This record gives sequence, C-alpha cells and structure tokens, in this order.
Amino acid sequence: MRDRFVSTLMGLAEKDPNVHLVTGDLGFGVLKPFWERFPDQFTNAGIAEQNMTSFAAGMALEGRTVFTYSIGNFPTLRAIEQIRNDCAYHEANVKIVCVGGGFTYGSLGMSHHATEDLAIMRALPNVTVMAPSDAAQAQLATEAIYAQPGTCYLRLGRGGEPNLGTPAEEFEIGKALPVSDGEGVALLFTGAIGDEVIEARDTLAADGHQVAVVSFPTVKPIDVEAIVNLAQRFDTLVTVEEHNVVGGLGGSVAEVLAELPSPRARLARVGLDDRYSSIVGTQKYLRDAYGMSARAITERVRQVLNG
Amino acid sequence: MNSLELAWRIRRHGVEMTHLSGGSHIGSILSVADIVAVLYAGIANVRPEDPEWEDRDRVILSKGHAGASIYAALAERGFFDVEELRTHYSDGSRLSGHVSHKGVPGVDLSTGSLGHGLSVGAGMAYAAKKDGKAHRVFVILGDGECDEGSVWEAAMVANHYGLGNLVAIIDHNRMQSLDFCEDTIALHPFGDKWRAFGWNTIELDGHNHEALTAALEGCRGSDKPTVIIAETIKGKGISFMEQNILWHYRFPHEGEEYDGAVAELNAQRPLNGESVKASAR
Repeated sequence: MRDRFVSTLMGLAEKDPNVHLVTGDLGFGVLKPFWERFPDQFTNAGIAEQNMTSFAAGMALEGRTVFTYSIGNFPTLRAIEQIRNDCAYHEANVKIVCVGGGFTYGSLGMSHHATEDLAIMRALPNVTVMAPSDAAQAQLATEAIYAQPGTCYLRLGRGGEPNLGTPAEEFEIGKALPVSDGEGVALLFTGAIGDEVIEARDTLAADGHQVAVVSFPTVKPIDVEAIVNLAQRFDTLVTVEEHNVVGGLGGSVAEVLAELPSPRARLARVGLDDRYSSIVGTQKYLRDAYGMSARAITERVRQVLNG
Repeated sequence: MNSLELAWRIRRHGVEMTHLSGGSHIGSILSVADIVAVLYAGIANVRPEDPEWEDRDRVILSKGHAGASIYAALAERGFFDVEELRTHYSDGSRLSGHVSHKGVPGVDLSTGSLGHGLSVGAGMAYAAKKDGKAHRVFVILGDGECDEGSVWEAAMVANHYGLGNLVAIIDHNRMQSLDFCEDTIALHPFGDKWRAFGWNTIELDGHNHEALTAALEGCRGSDKPTVIIAETIKGKGISFMEQNILWHYRFPHEGEEYDGAVAELNAQRPLNGESVKASAR
C-alpha cells in the first residue's frame, strides 16, 4: 500500500505541479523516488509535526494540494489541533497520510501503534477519513482524496495485503464495497486487516457458515445506505478493525444501527478493546494477542452463531 | 488615514467593543494597536475592494485574542462597515472574540489557539517564494505565545528555507495570562534567541510609528526571515490599564472605568477626525 501510494502520488505530481509532498523526516527508502523526480514538489519539514501540519495548511491556502506524510500517530495525534484549526476549519487542501495504521510497527512499541487515529480524525468536521485495505484501494483512495476538496486523512498499511479485487469503477469516497456474499453474518472491515478477515471467512466456510464480507475503505463519511441494507439482510454485523473498538468503524456502524427501527441486525465489534497495547511483537502476533486475528474473528462469529 | 489616527481609532474601537460586549483582552488590543495600525495604514499591500486579491500581503494575527484590533483596522480601511464592530462577541455575529476568517473579508487566518500563526505564515511564505511572488507575509505574535514550542519549530523552518518574505512582529508587552513573562517562563535573552535561530532580528519601540515603518520597509528583500521585537506596554494609552494584569481579562465597566478610558483616549486624539460613536452598554 505504501509503495502504491508513492507511485500514485508521483503520477499526480507529474500531471499537477500544485501537488506537493511534505514529510516529517520519515520515508527513508520509500519517498526517495518522489524527491528525486520532483524535488520542487517535495519538502522535508523536519521532526516537527505541528509545524508541518500548519505549514501545509499555509501552502494549501495558497493554492497547493499538500500531502503530509509520517508514520503511526505522528501526522495525526501529534498535530490534532493544527489539523482542526488550520486545515479542516479553513477547508484547506491538506491530505494527511499515515503509514502504519494499527500494529504495523508492532515491535516498536505502544508509541508507534496507531489505534485511535480513525476515531479522533473522524470526530473532526470537514475531514474525510479513509483506510484502504489493499494496494489497489490505496491507489484509488489516493486519487480520490486528491480530487476531493478539503482536508482528508489516509491511513495506510505497509504492504503485502491480499488483493480484494476492488473494481476501480465502483470505488468512490463514502462507498462500501462487497467482497463476498453470505448469510446470517456479515463481516465489515476497514484498513489493512483484510487478510485476517478473509482467513476467518474461509475457516467459517469450511465449517459450513458462509459469512458475507464487506470492505469499508471510507470510515467518514460512513456508507449509511450500505449499513442500513446490511442491517436488514443480516442477523448480525461484525465490524473488524485494527483500532480501538471505540469510535472507528465499529463506532460508526453502531451509530447508524442505533438509529434504525427494529428489526435490525445486532452488532459485534472486533478490535482493540479500549486499551493500550504494551506487549511486544509483530503485527500478526499483536493482532492475535489483542483479539483481532482470524482466530479471534472466527471465535467471535461462532459465539454469535451459537448465541 | 495616517497610522497615528488609525491606531487611535483601533484603541477607541477596542474600548467600545470590549465595553459593549463585556469582552476580554483590552490590554492586548491596546498594546498591539500601533503595530496593527502601521501595517494597515500603508505597509500591508491590501485592497479593501478586493480582499482576496492574489498578490496582497498576508496578515496573520497569531495572538488571536487581540482580534478586535484587526476587525477595527479592517473596518476603518473599508473592508466592512464600521457599524458592524458593535456586534463583536455578540449572538450571531461573525466577529468572534478571537479573530475569524469565516465570512470576514480581509482576515487571512482564523486563530485563537496560540502557536499556529507563524507555521501557517511560513507555509504561505514558502509557497509564495516558490511561485516567485513579491508579496510578503506578516505574522503578529504575542511574547507569551512564544512559550509554544511550535513557534520555534516554525522559526527553524523559516530560517532553513530562507523565507525573507516572512516577517514576524512580536507584541512584546512582557505580560501574559497570569503574570509577567519573565516570572512565568522566562523569554530573555529574547532577541538573542531569534538571532540564534537565524532570523534578522530588530528590537524597537512598538509604539513608535516611524521606527515600525522603517523596520517594516527596511527588511523588504531580506534573504532571511525578519522578526521585529516590538517593545510595548500592555494596556497602552489608558493609565489605569497599563501594566496591570487585571486588564488581560477585565472589560471597561459602565461608569468610572469606561468614562475614564474614553476621556484619556479623547485627550490623546492625534488629529481632528470623525469621532467614534460612543454608546451605553
């Protein structure tokens, strides 16, 4: 996803000299092709995310489309008020890009685990929040936020995510995309955790339970229509995200469901159970340790089915 | 209108606006009035009839709490009706206590949370420099605001990228929210800090219009960002407000305070001109 983002951005920068990339001194080996090819459209703002974000707002208010780039929580939480006041309130064309949503940087420790970013960014008016799930979605999301006026947030995985086969012509901001159909239970997910979801689906299918899978590359605006339809078609919706269960995809779906008349689907949220991660491990290890691996998803669905 | 008359009107409007609304920060409005007046009386190249003119100089009031001074200057320059100043702080007004750009012609950036303006200004100056534009970006900061780390992040970036088109003016009234700056988080040696950060640093009397004008003209074409540390007096012009922390928050109440403030200002009127309409709260 990360590399596809960079190659996509290079395509945009080629066509539009107003596209500008600002990094908070991160992207070693990743951004190099960009800065070598577009030195005039690249700025290293140093290890100073608050300034980077306001600086980007200033450039955007002068007509540029500015992508800020960093990892984990640095481009978001570190500069949240700069995003709120200087970017979003001014409807500035700042596109905030985080590499490493969730436990991507698992072994680096809690500081590098982005597990509240979706919730916090989603709480800001005028901000589009996207968490694509594979390289193709990352490309489509990058192109979409470039074309979308105003402040956007793009949360990326590092790479190696399974291809969901998203048809480009069906991709748009705010639209959920069906991955596979089923009955009884639908798994709704966002971000780079698609491999766990697909594995859980296949395990359950081997048990004779064909659950549906729906991809939500956009967390805000959430696809209300899709959720309403799913809530009528299925008994249970299970949200899966590499994020706190509070305020992200699970929270978004809960908000929609709560306002629907009965009968509607029940909701189960899989994700980080409103806690900080302190265990050391790889992304895969931590997903399992904190209950959002294929095993945990499968277990949760079985509970629902037996419930 | 010359800058002395504009400064007087900013002060007179400031007293009126805070009196009418019960608003805070009259001390700051009075201390920054001369800086704002010198900018808007001629230094800042802006067009009231075309507020979003692409080649205008940008003006950011990073110490947004003195927003009344900007509103007063913009209204006096004809960006909007002077009468509207009376709505400041009040229900449904577009003139919020901290300066806002929403729907207000002539305001380049909404502020209020300290430590944002210099970074945004640096981004604007950087874009202008890359585009080969001749306009400048002026950012007015408070001295207490320099407690914010982001100010120094911006200071480093502006130096690194040689933003000679960026001018910071610090309203150095030596007081912040609860106490004197030196007794809160000491700033001094303040000028040396900016020099060490690579800025063209000018220290002057922030109530001296000739000095302000000369500095703002003189730094044009600099290859380094410029900071003007303008020594000011909080509450300048109204004796009982000067250097008194109470007037960071208090508004001139009906009676002795309001009448006294207006009387003192009236005695300082630099030129004969149209008077600012006074009224009871």
